[in-house]
Amino acid sequence: MRNLVSEANKPLSPAQSSPLPPAMTGVASLCSARRVAVFGGTHGNELSGVALVGLWLQDGAEIRRRGLEVRPFMANPRAVQQRTRYIDTDLNRAFTLENLSSAQGEDLPYEVKRAQEINQLFGPMGSPDAYDVIFDLHNTTSNMGCTLILESSDDHFNLQMAHYIKGAVAPVSCSVLLNDHPHLHYSTTRSVAKHPVGLEVGPQPQGVLRSNIFESMRLIMKHALDFIELFNEGMQFPPCAVEVFRVSERVDYPHDSNGNITAMVHPSLQDCDWEPLNPGDPMFQTFDGRSVEYKGDCTVCPTFINEAAYYEKKQAFVVTRKETLTVMGIRVSNTMLSKK
Amino acid sequence: MEKNVGTGILRHCVRFKVTRPPMETITLPAVTRVAVCGGTHGNELTGVHLVRELQKKEAKEPRKGGVSVVTVLSNPRAVQQCRRYMDKDLNRCFTSALLSTPVVEDTPWEVARAQELNGLLGPKGSPSAMDLVCDLHNTTSNMGLCFISYSQCNWLSLHIFRHLQARAMSSIPMRYILLGVPPSEAYSLESVGKCGFTIEAGPQPQGVLRADIFNAVRDAVRHTLDWIRCFNAGAMFAGGEVEVYTMVKTLDFPRDPETHNITATIHPDLQDQDFCLLRPGDPLFLSLSGETQRYEGEEPMYPLFVNEAAYYEKGIALWLARCTKVAFPPVQVEAGAPGGPSDPEKDA
Repeated sequence: MRNLVSEANKPLSPAQSSPLPPAMTGVASLCSARRVAVFGGTHGNELSGVALVGLWLQDGAEIRRRGLEVRPFMANPRAVQQRTRYIDTDLNRAFTLENLSSAQGEDLPYEVKRAQEINQLFGPMGSPDAYDVIFDLHNTTSNMGCTLILESSDDHFNLQMAHYIKGAVAPVSCSVLLNDHPHLHYSTTRSVAKHPVGLEVGPQPQGVLRSNIFESMRLIMKHALDFIELFNEGMQFPPCAVEVFRVSERVDYPHDSNGNITAMVHPSLQDCDWEPLNPGDPMFQTFDGRSVEYKGDCTVCPTFINEAAYYEKKQAFVVTRKETLTVMGIRVSNTMLSKK
Repeated sequence: MEKNVGTGILRHCVRFKVTRPPMETITLPAVTRVAVCGGTHGNELTGVHLVRELQKKEAKEPRKGGVSVVTVLSNPRAVQQCRRYMDKDLNRCFTSALLSTPVVEDTPWEVARAQELNGLLGPKGSPSAMDLVCDLHNTTSNMGLCFISYSQCNWLSLHIFRHLQARAMSSIPMRYILLGVPPSEAYSLESVGKCGFTIEAGPQPQGVLRADIFNAVRDAVRHTLDWIRCFNAGAMFAGGEVEVYTMVKTLDFPRDPETHNITATIHPDLQDQDFCLLRPGDPLFLSLSGETQRYEGEEPMYPLFVNEAAYYEKGIALWLARCTKVAFPPVQVEAGAPGGPSDPEKDA
């Protein structure tokens, strides 16, 4: 676990859904989070982040917090300018070790070059100099509402932040999607930081700025920054439990031999992100109206249902399983406090 | 004064804004050659997939009920890349000027493609053009299912619309839109046929295929072809009246004068409220810093294409329309016309 100074000085095991040993329910001392970045326009047609970062680059008053640098940043300016997801390749898949360590060169895809630049500005990934937190602002065409996307079940700072945000926006729902799957996990722009946090708000079409979606994202960011400020100033966040949806598999559309899809997300599944999908429930509908049923062996919670950008990634929806994670308490370490 | 095209001037209608065509039956030639087009914008997926499905069925039933249906994927390159267009919006390339411009090396792809389509489905204005061109589109706006036409005397289109409305297809609301542009200045694909209309369905994001929207448009196309077969077989369809929305003007988003970036978005009270009357003083935009900008027009109007993704680059946040009733006459196929009731070839 990165940057953890354990008071009990015991090794920490990954969070599991079964009850954890007492060490996991203690309070961990963590380094303060002083360097925070907010990325918009990682995908140039996801406009809430583009608008928010554009606004904050002009006037950053709203994101200013005591004892904290919050840097707004437009991650893929060429894609933003063309209002397209990407120019050559998806920036949010480009932060592989191979890409980041390959020699810089003019004939690299634009987004690979950009990934190397971002890694230099906000990383290097995995080093002590990397930014503490990067928030990456995204939209989805799926009916996911407000979603936080986390990449590790061991990052108790991020899990405590998620818990704080969920409480702050309640009764409005904020789901937590956990993608630590060995194959389905991908190399995100935000993974340059020690604590990467994805914000996904939908439904919003690509290339459209909806007021309600914009305001939701803005509110989540406000609570996220409040959390970091409180944490840095010494507030202790006690052990807690956080409900997460853990990615387990992706489901593709049925295709014909030409690669064209032969069915659509079923009307009963469309817009039902996070709701239980049982074996035997309708999943797809063919063009002449026949149902194709979900054939899994247990009830799951699908999400990213009918996301526009995922047709080319062969994904109609993602299957998740609901879990409750036990989260360690956290507080900023005393040495950090005295340096304030 | 409104003039009724085709039957002379109705002097007694000076006071009325509504066109009142005569109630005698209009006879029209049989509709034997129909084109259904999809993928005119490559990221509007309902038409793309419906055309593919129809092409599979066409192979099995090439000429059902005397109607030959040609299906066309209008912009295959844009479809392949799932983008609206490659160089230029194809659905603005069908003006007489662009259809006759010489094609050279740096001619935009879509201008050349429009001329190919004009050769295939037209030529526009000639006797060999398709009898009916139906072009399938999607919008990100909350517009339900709309027919869009240039002329309020497009009797076929009005009758077909009324026929679909009567079927109350799914639960998607249906409206009829007039473009408010004279047919001589028509710029879109369906203007290549002798008669044409666009079916616009939303809300659907670009690059997404929703089953509910697909099913509604599939049914609309099926009912359209059924109506045409009945018409060709000699049925008489009673006249009627339809509410139409005539597009009048556009409003752009407030923008930063230097960067041209939008500084406000559609107000939450207006978002998704297409076809709900917008009155002077009603909220229009909400700036990113929280100020409400209100509608300052003097006339209440109907908003459409509210927050359509493809219109940001055209400087359009919404269209404003007026609503009127348009009457249409009874119609029947011309007796003895090819493809009509006495044509021995009609059931081939």
